Amino acid sequence: MDLGVSRRRKIVNVVMLSLSGVCTALVMGVLFFILGYLFWHGAKSLNWNFLTQVPKPSGQTGGGVANAIAGSAKVLLLATCIGVPIGFLAGVYLAEYSGKTFAFTIRYVVDLLNGVPSIVIGIVAYALVVRPMGHYSALAGGVALGIMMIPIAVRTTEEFLRSVPNSMREGAMALGATRARTIFTVVAPAAISGLISGMMLNLARVAGETAPLLFTALGNMFWSRGWLQPIATLPVTIYNYAIAPEEDLHQQAWAAGFVLLFLVLGINVTARMIIARGSASARR
Amino acid sequence: MATSFPVEPRVIVRSPRTFIERLRGGDQIALLTTLVCAVTIIVVVALIVVELWMNSQPAIKAFGWHFLTSSTWDPNAEKFGALPFIYGTCLTSALALLIAIPLGIAAAIFLAEMAPPQLSNLLTFLIELLAAVPSVIYGLLGIFVLVPLIRDCLVPVLVKFFGYLPIFQGDFYGVSFLSASLVLSVMVAPFIISVSREVLLAVPVEQREAALAVGATKWEATWQIVLPNASTGIIGSVFLALARALGETMAVTMVIGNTPKITASLFSPGYSIAAVIANEFAEASGRLYVSSLIFLGLVLFGLTIVINAVARILVLTTTQRSA
Repeated sequence: MDLGVSRRRKIVNVVMLSLSGVCTALVMGVLFFILGYLFWHGAKSLNWNFLTQVPKPSGQTGGGVANAIAGSAKVLLLATCIGVPIGFLAGVYLAEYSGKTFAFTIRYVVDLLNGVPSIVIGIVAYALVVRPMGHYSALAGGVALGIMMIPIAVRTTEEFLRSVPNSMREGAMALGATRARTIFTVVAPAAISGLISGMMLNLARVAGETAPLLFTALGNMFWSRGWLQPIATLPVTIYNYAIAPEEDLHQQAWAAGFVLLFLVLGINVTARMIIARGSASARR
Repeated sequence: MATSFPVEPRVIVRSPRTFIERLRGGDQIALLTTLVCAVTIIVVVALIVVELWMNSQPAIKAFGWHFLTSSTWDPNAEKFGALPFIYGTCLTSALALLIAIPLGIAAAIFLAEMAPPQLSNLLTFLIELLAAVPSVIYGLLGIFVLVPLIRDCLVPVLVKFFGYLPIFQGDFYGVSFLSASLVLSVMVAPFIISVSREVLLAVPVEQREAALAVGATKWEATWQIVLPNASTGIIGSVFLALARALGETMAVTMVIGNTPKITASLFSPGYSIAAVIANEFAEASGRLYVSSLIFLGLVLFGLTIVINAVARILVLTTTQRSA
């Protein structure tokens, strides 16, 4: 092989490899520029009143998003109460009880549900809850987000229960425990840190969802009592403020975005740390 | 002195327990409860399909297939056609992938093949965090950061060098197909990167070693040996990203301009299926109007289901083959 060809190959090698490095740097750069900008801009517009007051009537400046923060918490609580038990128990069924064919069917359906666009889930929650009741409500928002939580809850549960070694199940059963007792007092507690962090990731994922809340929870300028009234949530508030013409509301949108991102990423990092620590101690 | 006594075999006779007794033991209750929850999921998905289908019946009856090919969207005259939205959804998704695929795969190659494991893991962790950023925040950044940036930096360059192309005609106001595509590409890139990296890492090390041993450069080993091995999985990751881009609502709604229009120019404002539902559903009055919006939801549902199914099959076949 003559020198020219091998030189060309070496040059191609170096050029292409550095190009892939440049692409990585570019992607990371764009993403970090964006997030850095949000943190900087959002933290600047954040103040105490913003976190403790409700929105001012339109035309006046100031006010805050306290009702939206509380609203998001309420809707997410509802969603967790709907999505997590169903998802967890279905995951237990898949991991511990089910036969092959039925498990395949359920897994397929779960994947299907995971792929449904969030706006479509919003339509369904509208048709199932809002239309029969005749008005928008926190409950409808909770149902929409609850449905969205199911797929990840199922998968997390199944995955973490499967990672518990069979010897533990056999040990429990050898001591005379029934299957149910084995699952709920031996297997599930062994996987608890994974389960909890999986559910936290799940919650963080739906906490930022806006589309399914637009016509279920709708929004509210004031505090919302009970579960059956329209309710303000952080993501929808950000959206409404961002597309509003007033400059003051844009500042508030940045601050609200900062709060939302802080919560979502905070939950994410905590959950991932729990998982990492769990797998490290399991290896030991 | 060891003697053995014959032991009388004793048969333990247990009366068969009744159904209620077994229920009390807890075992059957647990089985039944978990089974009910598993079936609930199937019911939920069935409900989604049925609700979408039933509620879009008025529109299906009124317009039929013509709904998908008509480009009129006039709520006042009760004339509804989905073409501008389907066009917008497909155009922005395709363009977003066109940008995100090369960048994403190159970054995945860097992370899987070149970066030291510690750095690779750190960057992947950060990229996965970025995938968790809510879409409304991407929309916020799109409106206030990306759109001015595109207007001031990108568009003058494009017009100067490619201004003769039909896709870069007309005035640029900020909200447009181009802005929506760029925001989408930033959103889907993390997906392509993290899934492609997994798939690349699943290719056996021996393949690389064999290629290097016969004198291939690092790049040749990656490009000619590792990538073809991982191609099915990478295509799967692209389909996953496509499904996400098609269904993405908030970020697109905030920067696409919300004008039902079919033009070749990327500078022109447009509309997408998810965006029109998000914008008009809460205010829609009249049975046919609401029903048309739900029909659009059904179309979107069908699109994403098909693409997700293809993606799953592709990713499954590669990861299982390597396992």
